Amino acid sequence: MTEDIFVPINSDLDIVTARQNGRTMAAELGFQGTDLTLIATAISELARNIVRYARHGEIHLQVLGNNNGKRGLLVEARDEGPGIPNIAQAMQDGYSTSGGLGLGLPGTRRLMDEFEITSDAENGTTIRTCKWVRSGL
Amino acid sequence: MDVPILRQGEFLIATIQAALSDNDLFALRSKLFEYVVRSRALGIIIDVTALDILDSFGTRTLSEIALMCRLRGAETVIVGVQPEVAFTMVQLGLTLEGVTTALDLEEGLAHLGRRSKLLKR
Repeated sequence: MTEDIFVPINSDLDIVTARQNGRTMAAELGFQGTDLTLIATAISELARNIVRYARHGEIHLQVLGNNNGKRGLLVEARDEGPGIPNIAQAMQDGYSTSGGLGLGLPGTRRLMDEFEITSDAENGTTIRTCKWVRSGL
Repeated sequence: MDVPILRQGEFLIATIQAALSDNDLFALRSKLFEYVVRSRALGIIIDVTALDILDSFGTRTLSEIALMCRLRGAETVIVGVQPEVAFTMVQLGLTLEGVTTALDLEEGLAHLGRRSKLLKR
């Protein structure tokens, strides 16, 4: 089993490192073509949110397996920043508190298969997303 | 990662050669705009063939470049968006609306050439 990768996110350069690590890990897992781009782009959006809103955090990449023999990649973005005051609002297309396009979170959810946010002012924000390798049927 | 900018007649060609950080993109925006002002270019081509992703920040920066240059009378054409990148951008909700795109450098130059002819009539 491939080992977990933890990429510390402290600057915009780390965004590039995180997405390149994610692409490499996804390719090793058997993801192909467009899926690799979807995953790398999702990691880019999540890592940028860390830099923009929390300044420091981490992207955790982990290979997942389930008992149907399905394999997937977990991408977890963690920070101890100020938290998201209104998650429902943050998940709306076009909503941004930073002058951005407001597509980061809702867009990332569309790129990945599973998506979950926990966020509060004390513990910061954790976003867990996963994509499953498509079986070649 | 510095992006080289070449001048070809009344057009500028910026060829992105590797993944760019956010600061690299800001640097490209400033440099390209400075060149446009200095050279009185009528058109700019940004070749993104080498980019394996275009996320919301990258797309927004390209749009900003196109808007700034348009205010100086120059049209920007983005060329070389890879198929996987195009698919992902649309899923993400990014459309590069208002920015001209072309398949590759050749098509981009042909488009700018037609526009420049029209302007000189």
